[in-house]
Amino acid sequence: MLSLEVNGKKYKVDVRPDTPLLWVLRERLGLIGTKYGCGMALCGACTVHVDGEAIRSCVTPVSSVDGKKITTIEGVSKTKEGKAVQEAWVADDVPQCGYCQSGQIMAAVALLKKNPTPADTDIDESMDGILCRCGTYQRIRRAIHRASKTMVQGGKK
Amino acid sequence: MGVIHVNRRDFLKNGILVGGGLMLGCYLPDGKHIGEASAESGGTFMPNAFIRIGSDDRVTIIVNKSEMGQGVYTSLPMLVAEELEVDWTKIKVEAAPVDSAYNHTQWGIQGTGGSTSVWSEWERLQKMGATARRMLIQTAADIWKVDPTSCRAEKGFVIHDATQRRISYGKLVERASQMKVPKDVPLKAPKDFKLIGKSMKRLDTPEKTSGKAIFGIDVKVPGMLTAVVVRPPVFGGKVKGFNSQKAKATPGVKEVLQIDSGIAVIADGFWSANKGREVLEIVWDEGPLAKLSTEGMREEYARLAKDPGATARKEGNAQQFLSKAAKQLHAEYEVPFLAHACMEPLNCLVDLHDDRCHIWTGTQMQTTDRNAAARVAGLKPEQVKIHTPFLGGGFGRRANPQSDFVAEAVGVARMVKKAVKVIWTREDDMKGGYYRPMWYDRIAAGLDDQGNLIAWQHTIVGQSILSGTPFDPKKEVDPASVEGAGNIPYEIPNISVALHSPQIGIPVLWWRSVGHSHTAFVVESFIDEAAYAAGKDPYELRRKLLTKHSRHLGVLQLAAEKAGWGNPLPKGHGRGMAVHESFGSFVAQVAEVSVNPSGTLRVHKVVCAIDCGRIVNPDTIKAQMESGIVFGLSAALHGEITFQNGRVKQSNFDDYPILRMNEMPAVEVHIVSSKEKPGGVGEPGVPPIAPAVCNAIFAVTGKRIRRLPIRVEELKKS
Repeated sequence: MLSLEVNGKKYKVDVRPDTPLLWVLRERLGLIGTKYGCGMALCGACTVHVDGEAIRSCVTPVSSVDGKKITTIEGVSKTKEGKAVQEAWVADDVPQCGYCQSGQIMAAVALLKKNPTPADTDIDESMDGILCRCGTYQRIRRAIHRASKTMVQGGKK
Repeated sequence: MGVIHVNRRDFLKNGILVGGGLMLGCYLPDGKHIGEASAESGGTFMPNAFIRIGSDDRVTIIVNKSEMGQGVYTSLPMLVAEELEVDWTKIKVEAAPVDSAYNHTQWGIQGTGGSTSVWSEWERLQKMGATARRMLIQTAADIWKVDPTSCRAEKGFVIHDATQRRISYGKLVERASQMKVPKDVPLKAPKDFKLIGKSMKRLDTPEKTSGKAIFGIDVKVPGMLTAVVVRPPVFGGKVKGFNSQKAKATPGVKEVLQIDSGIAVIADGFWSANKGREVLEIVWDEGPLAKLSTEGMREEYARLAKDPGATARKEGNAQQFLSKAAKQLHAEYEVPFLAHACMEPLNCLVDLHDDRCHIWTGTQMQTTDRNAAARVAGLKPEQVKIHTPFLGGGFGRRANPQSDFVAEAVGVARMVKKAVKVIWTREDDMKGGYYRPMWYDRIAAGLDDQGNLIAWQHTIVGQSILSGTPFDPKKEVDPASVEGAGNIPYEIPNISVALHSPQIGIPVLWWRSVGHSHTAFVVESFIDEAAYAAGKDPYELRRKLLTKHSRHLGVLQLAAEKAGWGNPLPKGHGRGMAVHESFGSFVAQVAEVSVNPSGTLRVHKVVCAIDCGRIVNPDTIKAQMESGIVFGLSAALHGEITFQNGRVKQSNFDDYPILRMNEMPAVEVHIVSSKEKPGGVGEPGVPPIAPAVCNAIFAVTGKRIRRLPIRVEELKKS
């Protein structure tokens, strides 16, 4: 039996320890906002935070996050960065099909936590692992700058 | 926008429960309700199949097109809401069930594709909104005993200004439902539009930002099992024998079954199913394609391209004028098979019972899939219900006339006798076929001594997509193979375009922009070659040859002007352009690139101009151009499906890369103001980008790229 803390809620799950966190979130906990895209950490659709770090849940055995704090798209709005990013995403109408966007948002939030005022090159570096087949990259870039602005301005108030 | 809501009666009737606790139900417009108002389900006004207004003032617009990113859950409701006069922020959108009421106005079946949604639905949806508004106004006027022409509608209310009375739509629904549906209600003049032509926010953005949007892969029904299917390693192969002992012993695995398409491993969840699959032993009969290789096909296609082929276009005598030309140009162009690689891998959930079947899947072709499901399940088509959640990308892959992923899943459910969701792994999806065909083009042009183009001879080789589908023209020349090549707009007195359609056996399908995805590359690259050979500026040559094509010219000039065509660039940078008509729209793009001595290509900027006639949502048009450019760049820079020993060599995003954030150019989109018939926007952004980029590469390096994807080795300084 493993203990998981997801979005502040505690769960006990009985699964094979090698099961990737992704499938535990989706199939056991009903947290379907985190998506399966490649199963090999190549597309980033499954990105979640473990103790604040962005990780690929499709290759993360659930046993390795036993007792750690996990945040998914369903819980990210509770943070300052998460709220700013989601609002910016809406303002710039980023999503098209939307399938990759949970991963994009989780990666953007992790970036802004570490670097509240990222330059384009910083965005390239932290976001190039998250694929978007619809090609929303330009809007993602714009929305990250927008979220950064909101956060910095909000901080000054 | 809540994904879908349902009234209790429908819910009980259908008994459906889906993922995340959301209920997904369907109003099923039995024929009798179409064309006459109905007050069914306790005070709901349903004047037609596309609008439902509740006594609680809730307005639901039913959309008959699949939302796969192209924005139809916003643009189509805009067409209805424009006339209905409702509060835009309160609209709910619901996916249509499969029903002939929702058939494509041109195709006669329900489906989404061909960049047709807006233009094919425009008039019908505007009419639906106008008719409902007329009925609501009439009802209010009757209650108030005033002349309906003295009333107006606004944001969900009917208003009588003279007496300052107003009543909400919800209060009118019961009486309005008794009315006969009026015919020939006049539509608004474009000058009176409040929504159409304005950038409206997408209605689906909030849920696609919060993780709440439901895709096919997210849907759950109680007691559901999950299956993965091992399909033959070679197309046309079959199972010879298999040993499922170890697979069955895998914890969580319930059954291992042979089905038509391979072996299905059925388990309590995806991971268990996949674990079972890893230890499954199968012996395959690889079939006739076991020796197929890309190299062999290239040789065969090259040989075919030298033969005359079927005539797609013939004007004058290209052969004769070519041989007489002062200068002859000859080239071969090649593009590979391509996978759609939607971010959401294919999947299909089937809940099959003796007398009914419910299917949840991201499909672009509901009618075809319903009929295929009925055949496999042994049910009548009307016993099969298709629920269309959001599609995690489509690009044509989810519009398969063979209904591959639906028919297979129904086959599994039929054997399992339980609700089952088949999930394709990324590798299954990548290797599963239905690719954009590989194409080989042989092309020649003749210039006179003044540098004028006097002959154009083009032979195309590649598999037919339409052959064997309901869209099969049953002609020697599949129009989808030559679209964009057979109808080149350039004024050249002698043109011949010919086609070979070899039957290879690799499953092929429309891939965003279909035939245009290869013809624009060949035509727009070769016209560039001709310009350089004639010593002319590629922009000037195009303009000179397009004098009778004002819409081509319009976008070309707009893109050139906005990109500063001819202005100096940083050292090592070059510009290239392309213009192409597809799906009723005209698009020109100017790409700015740089190539460093080690062959690294960078696309810095793309300026895009589109004339798609009258428009609904400008921001969606911009988004679709951005999207098409990225899709086309992924193919130009990286995309390639190849075969060895009959097997697809690529398997995931490591060997089939798509564009990443660090490769994203700045994209600028300009829309031509137009009163012309509306055209499509989902696909037309794709065709011009590959030639624009390759023409820019030539401008900066003098190297002509004639084979995609662009290879770094070819760009290295020799």
